[in-house]
Amino acid sequence: MSEKTIVQAINEALFHAMEHEDVVLLGEDVATNGGVFRVTDGLKEKFGPMRVIDTPLAESGIIGTAVGMSVNGLRPIAEIQFFGFIYEAMDQMVSQATRMRYRSNGRFHSPIVVRSPYGAGVNTPELHADSIEAIFSHSPGMKIVMPSSPYDAKGLLLAAIEDPDPVLFLEPMSIYRSVREEVPDEAYTVPIGEAKIVQEGTDATIVTWGPPVVWLQQVVEDYAKQGVSIELIDLRTVAPLDIHTIVASVEKTERLCIVHEAVKTNGIGAEIAALVSERAIFSLVGPIKRVTGFDSPYPAGTIERDWMPNPSRVKIAIDELLTYE
Amino acid sequence: MEMTKWLDEQGNLIGDVAVPSDDVLKTMYAEMKRGRMIDTKMFKMQRQGRMALVAPVSGQEAIQVASALVLNKEDWIAPSYRDSVATMLHGMPLENIIRYFKGYSDGGGAPEGVNVLPVQIIIAAQMLHATGVAFASKIKGEQARTVTFFGDGATSQGDFHEALNFAAVYKLPVIFVCQNNQYAISTPVSKQMNTETIVERAKAYNMAYEYVDGNDILACYDVMKRAYDKAQDGPVFVEAVTYRLGPHTTSDDPKKYREQTEEQQWQQKDPLVRMRAFLEARGLWDAAFERAIEDRASEEIEEAVAKIEETPPPTLADMLEKVYETPPTLIQEQIDGLRGNE
Ligand SMILES: Cc1ncc(C[n+]2csc(CCOP(=O)(O)OP(=O)(O)O)c2C)c(N)n1
Ligand SMILES: [Mg+2]
Repeated sequence: MSEKTIVQAINEALFHAMEHEDVVLLGEDVATNGGVFRVTDGLKEKFGPMRVIDTPLAESGIIGTAVGMSVNGLRPIAEIQFFGFIYEAMDQMVSQATRMRYRSNGRFHSPIVVRSPYGAGVNTPELHADSIEAIFSHSPGMKIVMPSSPYDAKGLLLAAIEDPDPVLFLEPMSIYRSVREEVPDEAYTVPIGEAKIVQEGTDATIVTWGPPVVWLQQVVEDYAKQGVSIELIDLRTVAPLDIHTIVASVEKTERLCIVHEAVKTNGIGAEIAALVSERAIFSLVGPIKRVTGFDSPYPAGTIERDWMPNPSRVKIAIDELLTYE
Repeated sequence: MEMTKWLDEQGNLIGDVAVPSDDVLKTMYAEMKRGRMIDTKMFKMQRQGRMALVAPVSGQEAIQVASALVLNKEDWIAPSYRDSVATMLHGMPLENIIRYFKGYSDGGGAPEGVNVLPVQIIIAAQMLHATGVAFASKIKGEQARTVTFFGDGATSQGDFHEALNFAAVYKLPVIFVCQNNQYAISTPVSKQMNTETIVERAKAYNMAYEYVDGNDILACYDVMKRAYDKAQDGPVFVEAVTYRLGPHTTSDDPKKYREQTEEQQWQQKDPLVRMRAFLEARGLWDAAFERAIEDRASEEIEEAVAKIEETPPPTLADMLEKVYETPPTLIQEQIDGLRGNE
């Protein structure tokens, strides 16, 4: 046990996973360079170039090859260097990996893990910072995991590698190295599909995932000082959704605010709002609020701050929710 | 580019080549004939409303039979939608093939031990799966080869180039078999590429290649055997020049885009006719042999169809159970709703 960053926790998980012979790693610059964020550092040295593979620069090639490897008994972990580049591999992601089980009537399946750093706030060039998880959640067959802490990152990645279905594992770039916590040195898993209640509360529920989990803890604390008790839920997995945890919370607090870094329209927040309306609308005392990015392409660096959800926008939403009785 | 050819259009042997055994020769013809009969039958069934949509193979049997004949059980095939003659010969049950084209969601499942990927609809996507399957064989130190089939149109896709490149860089045991049947639906090869042949792309990736008359099964067999051996050390590209005698699918009308004289010219090069003439000249073919093949195939088809008509297609609830290994809560609720046990 020692304090680790998200990058260190993921790196450690990969070292554990590769002790199993069927696990291989592939992607651009993942082997000799250890990845552009050094997440795969040291793995090639330990496991060799046939299991830690620098691929040609072609995302469809990476995912399609991983699908084929998985059909033939391997457990490939593919890296997409930045999440915005995954559009190049759209077909292999949403119409190949996700459908192998159904299409082959269960004879084959594609237990690949696709790792990719995503998200805002690091002043990257265009298409390095987009949060496009919702696009993949519209393709049944895929699981989407988005941890916000080193402990969860390690445990969820190991669970993703064991998982029999394709898993998109999204790594929050902006907090790769800024968050530290105690992480066991040994291997362990955190179950996919279970949300975590970060802070229990009774007056309103905030549902979120990824980096906002970190800064929202301060928002929750600020409210606590005023005597307002907010329940903060970290989804951790956005597909499949842990709807039970959300509904149970809303039934208690009667107020729901969803915070995400992605574009607003047709985001995961919209699906959560719809599910809560179907299942718990009579528990609500006011409208469901969404604090999200705006409906534009992800902006250039100087506009990023205005575009992203932030504490003051969340407070406006919560203050409004608290006026409903 | 020199094309490998063993038979002229009359079925005469060209040059001094080592002909396979009589048994192999007869099997070649019998399998092509079986494929043609199944194809014809499925086409008729579609017209009777008993199939959803069929992509006919007729005209392309030689390269498909030759490819499957050189494979061993542990080898893999990553097919497109027009490769059922090859996949069947590699162990895919006829029943599955008919179920697939009937629109049954379970048709794509090869039995355990039959290494055939499900039919691929997205042009060239299966080529990357083949690259990955072959990569896995290499990593595991296994001898298996992977063959992937695709058309001339597929060569314009990014996945085609990415697959060739990955396979070449990592020297993977994969054989890329391009069936150049002259058209991608209505688009002729001349609008697909600015090169004389397709096979010259293989050179650009620095991989071994073969250019073959795809309607000459002896040449195809020779080329595929060589490709199989070479694939141990890296990928091999095969361009088989052939022609789809029928429409693109049961919903296509080739009169819109090709001349009947062209179709007639290619009928002269029908791979079955040519092989039959060759066998007959060697005393290996007679009417009784032909009838025996026909009877066997008819019986096989009837049995398969009867079995299929007894087994209903999977239901929507069955299908929902195949999306994930274990249905997540929200899908399970949908399944329960459909099964009436909410
Ligand atoms: C990605 C994609 N684009 C378009 C289509 C529609 N389509 C189906 S078959 C076909 C022609 C393919 O031609 P070719 O690769 O030569 O194979 P052939 O049908 O001649 O065997 C087209 C355009 C498709 N299935 N997938
Ligand atoms: Mg074609």
